[in-house]
Amino acid sequence: MAEAVLRITQNLFVTFFEWFGELGLFCVRVAKATFRGPWEIREFIRQLDAVGSKSGPLVALAGAATGVVLSLQTHDSLAKFGAKALLPSVIVFSLIKESGPVITALIVSGRVGAGIGAELGSMRVTEQIDAMEVSAVNPYKFLASTRVLACILMLPLLTLIADASGVLMGWVSTTLSDPISLKLFLHTGLKDASMSDFLPPTFKTMFFGLIIGMIACFQGMRTRGGTAGVGRSATSSVVLSSLFVIVADVILVRLIQVFFPS
Amino acid sequence: MKDSPLRITGLHKSFGSQKVLNGVDLSAAAGETVVVLGRSGTGKSVLLKLIVGLLKPDAGSLKVHGQEIVGLEMDGLNEIRKKIGFLFQQAALYDSLSVEENVAFPLERHSRISDAERHEKVRSLLASVGMERDLAKMPSDISGGMQKRVGLARALALDPDILLFDEPTAGLDPITASEIGELIVKLKKERNLASIVVTHDVHGAKSFADRVVMLREGKVVIDGTFSDMEKSRDPFVVEFLKDAA
Repeated sequence: MAEAVLRITQNLFVTFFEWFGELGLFCVRVAKATFRGPWEIREFIRQLDAVGSKSGPLVALAGAATGVVLSLQTHDSLAKFGAKALLPSVIVFSLIKESGPVITALIVSGRVGAGIGAELGSMRVTEQIDAMEVSAVNPYKFLASTRVLACILMLPLLTLIADASGVLMGWVSTTLSDPISLKLFLHTGLKDASMSDFLPPTFKTMFFGLIIGMIACFQGMRTRGGTAGVGRSATSSVVLSSLFVIVADVILVRLIQVFFPS
Repeated sequence: MKDSPLRITGLHKSFGSQKVLNGVDLSAAAGETVVVLGRSGTGKSVLLKLIVGLLKPDAGSLKVHGQEIVGLEMDGLNEIRKKIGFLFQQAALYDSLSVEENVAFPLERHSRISDAERHEKVRSLLASVGMERDLAKMPSDISGGMQKRVGLARALALDPDILLFDEPTAGLDPITASEIGELIVKLKKERNLASIVVTHDVHGAKSFADRVVMLREGKVVIDGTFSDMEKSRDPFVVEFLKDAA
């Protein structure tokens, strides 16, 4: 019995470290491919569209919902303490510093991560990636680096969309109970905000993009086992990239506090 | 003596404890079509993947135009790959690209020709496999046989002198399978290619094989003409041909 438990634990450890080792090698290959020409400009633009413009509406909707919920949840609490005037600041700060970036990353992880995992997984099991290698084309460059770069570049832009729609809908929700002009709402919300409150949290999403792109491409390109394997890759891409985004967020928030104190 | 663009000596490959290839020797001369026969799981497709460097052998030598490719770095391997065309079992067309873009894919990356010349070359490649009218179609909009034709055009894009076919007639109706067989013969004549065809289709193989190699448990049991194989008294060969009849 104890022997079996030991063996299972050993296997789990080996699998865990193997996965990290393979991911490390994959990242090195993608990095090498990224910085070495010729560039796959057309595929990169296609990926910017797939990751960015096609995620825009969903991210805007999620940001808007977050803005409304923040307004609804904090309105009563602040009213109890006689601090209703702080509501615009609470909404703006919550959105730009944390909710906007994290919500955007999780939405992209779900939509784009699953898409990349399934697409590359399907290409793997139908030998399309092998066909690419046989044509002397580096799949780490054509498939992985274009997608990873697109995720890195588009995440901050999508975060801006989430922030803007969240603030806008936060104002709509607030003004329905306590009428306030948009100008005054924005003025009150932004008066204590500085660039260091806005830029580091927005740009930290580039790391989230890196995580989502790398993990989704990695899981997709190592797919085994036919259509069932493709399903597993899509699911694991979402689960793992969301998990790593949350863990990375903890570290990045602390780093931002250290390097960009308010 | 004919040239041998491809020469394989003592090739071994295992997956874990399973020995797939156990000392395979094989060569293909220019203008020669070698058919590799054998039961499923005898390492026929693995042999093709070893030739193009998708898998690494455990031991043995693999020479393309006299250059050893075992242990070659990626850049060197890619130069060799440009001389080899590969038709995959399911064609492996890029499903996000049109027929024309699929064939143009290797040309865009490896040949320094103008857009107009590339377009003309793609048209002529597709015409050579009877697919010149379907340039704009997506792979999902064409049949399995048509996909194989497009896959063949793509495999020929960089003017290879070695062509590898992985089950080119599998899953096709007898008429389409026969058309693919005719294409293999036509290409051999027109381009003087050294071809290796992995197949289960004994009848089809008879029409395009110059030489037949049969694998059993990772070893070559027969290497000769089709009539040599038919005359063989090896019980495995006799049974294989009987079951295929």
